[in-house]
Amino acid sequence: MPMRWLRRALPVAFLAPLLAGCSLDGVQSIMSPAASIAREQHGLFMWTWYLSIPVMVGVFGVLIYVLFKYRRRKDDKMPDQSHGNPMTEVILTIVPIIIVIMVAVPSVRSIFRTQTVVQATSDDVVIHVTGYQWWWKFEYPQYGVTTANEMHIPAGKRVILQLNSGDVVHAFWAPRLAGKVDLIPNQDNRLWFDTDADIKDQDAGFDVYTGQCAELCLGAHAYMRFRVVVSEQDEFDDWVADFQQPTVATTATDPLVAQGRQLVATKGCIGCHNIGNYSEGMKFGQPQYPDLTNFGLRHTVGAAVLDATPENVATWIRDPQEVKPGTRMPTLWQASDPNRDQEAAAIAAYLLSLGVEGGTQAMAQASTGGN
Amino acid sequence: MATAQPTVTTRGKIFNRPTWTTGIGSWLTTVDHKRLGLLYICSAFLFMLLAAGEAGLIRLQLLTPTMKIVNPDHFNQLFTMHGVTMVFLAIMPLGIGLANYFVPLQIGARDLAFPRLNAFGYWIYALGGLMIYTSWFLGGAPDVGWFAYAPLTSLSHNPGLGVDFYMFGLFISGIGTTGTAMNLIVTIINMRAPGMTMMRVPVFTWMILIMSFMVIYAFPPLTIAFIEVILDRTFGTLFFVQEAGALPILWQHLFWIFGHPEVYIIILPAFGVISEIIPTFSRKSLFGYPVMILSGILIGFMGAAVWTHHMFTTGLGPVVNTAFSLTSFVIGIPTGIKIFNWLGTMWGGSIRFTTPIIYAIAFLITFTLGGITGIMLAMPTFDAQVHDTYFVVAHFHYVMGGGALLSYLGALYYWFPKMTGRMMSERLGKIAAVITVIGFHGIFFPQHIAGLLGMPRRIQTYPAGIGLELWNALSTMGSWLMGIGLILILINVIHGLTRGKRVGNDPWDARTLEWETSSPPPYYDFEVQPVVNSLDPLWARKHPDAMHVTPPAPDAGAKYDAGGVHIPGQSWYPFLASAAIMFGCYALMYDNFILAIVCGLFFIFTIFGWAFEGVGGHHVHFDGAKEHA
Repeated sequence: MPMRWLRRALPVAFLAPLLAGCSLDGVQSIMSPAASIAREQHGLFMWTWYLSIPVMVGVFGVLIYVLFKYRRRKDDKMPDQSHGNPMTEVILTIVPIIIVIMVAVPSVRSIFRTQTVVQATSDDVVIHVTGYQWWWKFEYPQYGVTTANEMHIPAGKRVILQLNSGDVVHAFWAPRLAGKVDLIPNQDNRLWFDTDADIKDQDAGFDVYTGQCAELCLGAHAYMRFRVVVSEQDEFDDWVADFQQPTVATTATDPLVAQGRQLVATKGCIGCHNIGNYSEGMKFGQPQYPDLTNFGLRHTVGAAVLDATPENVATWIRDPQEVKPGTRMPTLWQASDPNRDQEAAAIAAYLLSLGVEGGTQAMAQASTGGN
Repeated sequence: MATAQPTVTTRGKIFNRPTWTTGIGSWLTTVDHKRLGLLYICSAFLFMLLAAGEAGLIRLQLLTPTMKIVNPDHFNQLFTMHGVTMVFLAIMPLGIGLANYFVPLQIGARDLAFPRLNAFGYWIYALGGLMIYTSWFLGGAPDVGWFAYAPLTSLSHNPGLGVDFYMFGLFISGIGTTGTAMNLIVTIINMRAPGMTMMRVPVFTWMILIMSFMVIYAFPPLTIAFIEVILDRTFGTLFFVQEAGALPILWQHLFWIFGHPEVYIIILPAFGVISEIIPTFSRKSLFGYPVMILSGILIGFMGAAVWTHHMFTTGLGPVVNTAFSLTSFVIGIPTGIKIFNWLGTMWGGSIRFTTPIIYAIAFLITFTLGGITGIMLAMPTFDAQVHDTYFVVAHFHYVMGGGALLSYLGALYYWFPKMTGRMMSERLGKIAAVITVIGFHGIFFPQHIAGLLGMPRRIQTYPAGIGLELWNALSTMGSWLMGIGLILILINVIHGLTRGKRVGNDPWDARTLEWETSSPPPYYDFEVQPVVNSLDPLWARKHPDAMHVTPPAPDAGAKYDAGGVHIPGQSWYPFLASAAIMFGCYALMYDNFILAIVCGLFFIFTIFGWAFEGVGGHHVHFDGAKEHA
């Protein structure tokens, strides 16, 4: 009977991929933790996973045995109409209790290890994270730095995130670093983690971790992503210094960059976005839109939807709805406008020159997608 | 042999109580628990097909990272409607529909305690569900997820009507659910056959009783939350307007105080179904009946104390998370005991492999896996990773789809001969069951892995190149397989209705009272009041030597039937009252306050009409009532 064979094979068929699941590495995978809290979370999962194997073997083993042993045969007699057996009942009650205790004890210990609020010392890096539909604002109150969608942190430090929302509920989820905490309007949430002292990607000199919003926030929710860049302390200090004195091409030699600088004003970009040092000592834009200061130092555009190559940035500026359906970024040109491609490329060139020495093209684009 | 004697009631009525027995009028005015049960079951299956279609589109969109089947807004509407439909309009009403049909039959009653309330419960559910579905044609369905977190639902973030359809539609169908739950409680407590003590009540009926109590404590918080949002959106109050300083976390608490009991409201009747199917086809009493009942009661109590495990990532702090983590672990214990007891029932039995028990076996496998991931998710530390990812999607589909839905499909096969007097094809049934179950696991097993690899929920596209493509493609292919399985089940239903083999009262050699009356049961259910001497009364009558039986009082049944069987009269008012409420909600939604007041007045009229339409109904007398064994 193929039917009967299937019934027996079914549990086995589902166990096989489960066992294979032990090596699920990936750039956004919970199974490849790269910082203290994520390791703790991963370890707890592995413990329950190992614990669940004997449970599955037990339950499915008994099930298969029963189905085989007690299947109805031709000459079957009436089975004994027993209603139960007190001793068996007690054992069957104790077994799940023991299993639950084996899970609960390490679980409770890790709650207090990972979720207790830590007070920031001067040695820690404090970052205020604010979620907006559909991008992330990262503010460093210790350094007076504001940036968007790309968080830089030094290796070997404790990072304390203070999370809030500018509109609806979001969730900050960095799977390889610290798991997630929701960003809720009118509520301050905290998330902390210790970064490892060593940089894993020695060639690049820094590690990139991905993350994204995990709570439905409508519209472009699927494209609300971010990057976390972990670098050596001195690299991080340089990055902070760059932000405190943004490099801006006011008198660019490249005509495309000069045209782009004109266009961010005439096309209204700075009505929403701040660009540090765009004009000496002046601040532009509005807080609910991403700050573009030192945009040339970023790896991605559109809340980590595209790598920040000149072509991608130009595409994003020219046709944001195509790249990120639902975004609040307006479409600045009619499709029929003959200047569309050229002007978008000029703005892209200008933005990518921000923060880069000599106002030339952006830094190497090699380092996207994690390690 | 049955003679009807209409009783005379004339005082103060506007409509005569209708007496149609066929035609559309008879269905609109029916108060018969079996007809209403069928209406519930059919409506729930129709809604389920719609939800399955929505799920199919969702899976198609996620086949690859670059699919453009639907845009993000439509995607949000699709998964919102899929969730709302499955939870509120399909699976929960399926449980209630089965309860409607089989609870009176299982306890030897002739109807529910309040037949017109029962009709009202059905109509308000059906019209509420219909109302939500009209949103597709009236400016777009709700797009805020079935959980509708504030402040997504506030006017400033969501000016369209979709959210209003969600709030009003679920609000009114919740009224019906609550009324029906009270009805079931009164029925089960008061209308059991002579000799049926509480510890002789069939497990399905017991689970319905626990479920009904849970409905009564779970729905008021949800209703309060709905009313607050309705007031916010219609009359400008500020419950959830964060610009005015509201704390949106309040919604999450109110929603999940309902939402977690709801999970058990859905699964308890399924536990009951499994506890009927497994003993029947093992030819053995349920192992540990009292333990099964007690663990059900424990689940009912604990279900109220676990809601913030849906909110472990909202920053409630380690102490709160620990408390609710521990209660969530505790609720795993009775669930585990139930699984062991089902295995114990089959142990030593004589298992006949019919379609229903194939579903029961699939249920045991799937629910065990869902329980394991459930224990994992009850750890706040790990939940901080997989909350709102596809790991959770896989988990709750394993418990609600694999747990509730598969056992309701089993119930369909199990009780189909009782409801129709015909069998569905066993051969096609088994093929469809295997395809459906494999398809089900094909959809949801890969989602565990997608979640671990970093895929959040509720996204219409996922980052390419991080290892999600394979698992999503597998999942979508699984949905095609399960679709084929569901189509085969549908074909089998149609085949069974038209060409199915006719069967007698008890085709499965079953154990409980519903199999004692004819298939389908007559409108008066039982010709003679059944008398119960033991657990599994029908089995005890068939095999008196195998069961411990207490002799009944000699005239127990006759006493109940002294005045004949009272059959309640039909009524227009439940339907009219439901329609008045529905149109009133439409009026409020479109800010047409005059029409809303008119509907309100008409509703008051229907309630008075209902109250004063008189007793109605008639008594059925049987000539020479048969002696009962």
